[in-house]
Amino acid sequence: MATQKEVLIDPIFNNNPIALQVLGICSALAVTINMATTLVMCAAVIFVCTLSNLAVSLVRNHVPTNIRIIVQMTIISSLVIVVDQVLQAVAYDISKSLSVFVGLIITNCIVMGRAEAFAMQNGPWLSALDGFGNALGYSVILIGVALIREPLGSGTLLGYEIIPTIANGGWYLPNGLLLLAPSAFFIIGLFIWAIRAWKTEQVEEAEYEIAPNTQYERAL
Amino acid sequence: MASTNRDSLGNTFLIAVALCLVCSVVVSSLAVMLKPIQQENKILDQKKNILRAAGMLAADSVVGPEGESVDELFSEFTVRAVNLDTGEYVDDAVDVASYDPIKAAGSPSQSVSLGTEEDIATLRRRENISLVYLKTGPTGLEKLVIPVRGYGLWGTLYGYLALDSDLNTITGLGFYNHKETPGLGGEVDNGNWKAAWRGVRLFDENGKPAVRLVKQRSPASSVAASYEVDALSGATFTTRGVQNLVNFWAGEGGFGPYIERLKINGLARG
Repeated sequence: MATQKEVLIDPIFNNNPIALQVLGICSALAVTINMATTLVMCAAVIFVCTLSNLAVSLVRNHVPTNIRIIVQMTIISSLVIVVDQVLQAVAYDISKSLSVFVGLIITNCIVMGRAEAFAMQNGPWLSALDGFGNALGYSVILIGVALIREPLGSGTLLGYEIIPTIANGGWYLPNGLLLLAPSAFFIIGLFIWAIRAWKTEQVEEAEYEIAPNTQYERAL
Repeated sequence: MASTNRDSLGNTFLIAVALCLVCSVVVSSLAVMLKPIQQENKILDQKKNILRAAGMLAADSVVGPEGESVDELFSEFTVRAVNLDTGEYVDDAVDVASYDPIKAAGSPSQSVSLGTEEDIATLRRRENISLVYLKTGPTGLEKLVIPVRGYGLWGTLYGYLALDSDLNTITGLGFYNHKETPGLGGEVDNGNWKAAWRGVRLFDENGKPAVRLVKQRSPASSVAASYEVDALSGATFTTRGVQNLVNFWAGEGGFGPYIERLKINGLARG
C-alpha cells in the first residue's frame, strides 16, 4: 500500500503524468503561451483533479461497474463547469483567453486516468492526495514550459517586461516559434530528456534490437 | 451486501438518476447564482473595448486618465440603433440596452444574406439593425464608434472602429475577439500597430471607403499615404481581412448610408 507521502510526491518527478505517462499534452501546448493563463489553468486542474478523485472514491463501492466511466465523466464535467462558471464571474479576462481549454479539462487524460486507475481502488483521503499530487506534477511541467515560452516568445513574464523587445525600443527580437504550439512539444521533450537523464530508471527499454548487419559478408 | 446487487439493472438506474440529479442541481444553482456577475463582466468588457477603440482608455488600464471608472467614461456615449439599409435611427424597433447585432445576424428574420460580390468581409449574413455609439460635446459630435467584424485567417475578428467628428478620420481600431496566430496575425492587438491607425482617412473624394494595408507606404506627402496603414508582416490573410472588414463596414453594405445621412443631416436625424 502506497504511503500518503509517496502518493503526493511521486507524481511530481518520479511518475510525472506529462513527462512519464505523456498525458495531458493538449492543454500543455495550448495554454503555456503566457504565465497568467498557465497559473489559472493549473489551479483549475488541481481543483478538478483533487475533487473528482475524492468524489469518485466516495461513491466507488456503489457505482455499477458497467457505468463507472460515465459516472466518472459526469462528476468531472460537473466540476469543470463549476470552474468555468466561477472563472467567468471572477476572472473574466483570463477566462476569455483560456476559452475552450477550461472546458477541455473534462477530456484531460490525467483527471480521467487518476479517477479510473486510483480513486476506484483507494479510500477518499488517499485519492484526494493522489489527485492533488498528479495535478501538481502537471502544473510543474506547465509552469516550466511557460517560464521558457513567455520570456523568449514575447519578452514578458506575467505581463511585465523582463527582456526589452525591439518593438518596444529594446534589443531582443522575440522568437515567434515559442508563441506557436509546436514549441511546447520541443520544450516538453527536453524536459523528459532532462528528467530521464536525472532519474535513469524512467528510461524505457528498447522494444526491439537492431540486428547486426551480416548481409555484406554473404556478398563477399 | 451492497456489492451483490451493485451491478443489477435497478441499482444501475438508481445510481445514474441520483448522480444526474445531484450534479445538475450543483451546476445549475451555481450557474444561476453567478449569472448576474457574469453578465456584468460581459457588459463591462464591451464598454472597455468601445472606450479603447475611441482612445479614451489605455490598453492595459481599467480606469481613465483622470481615474474615472469605465462606467463614468462610457456615460459620455449615447447608444443608438441604426437601420443599416436606410441609415435611419430606429431606436423604437429594438431595446438598445440588450440588443445584440451579432446574434441578430444569425437570425433569418433580422438579417440579410450577402452576395459574394459585396461580402468582402466574408460575413455571409448581415444584421438589418446595428448599434452606433456617439460621443457628443458642446460643439456637436465628437466621436462615432461602430462595431465591425470580418474573417481573418482562422476565424472572425470582432472589434470597434472609432471615427473623429469629421466622420472621415479614424481615431482607433481595436479587436476584442479574434483567433489569429499569436505573434503574427495576433499582432492586431499590438499597441504600436493600433496607434498607426490614428489619423488615417477612411473615405476617398467619392465618398467610398479606401483604407489600404500596404507593404510599402506611399511617399508621406502624397494623398494615397493618408489612406494607408502598414500591413502586419507574416500575416497576409489577417491583414487582408482587416482591410476588407473596415472597408465593408464603412461602405454601402455597412454603415455607409448612416454616415452619409449623419454628414448631411447632423446628429438629430442621422
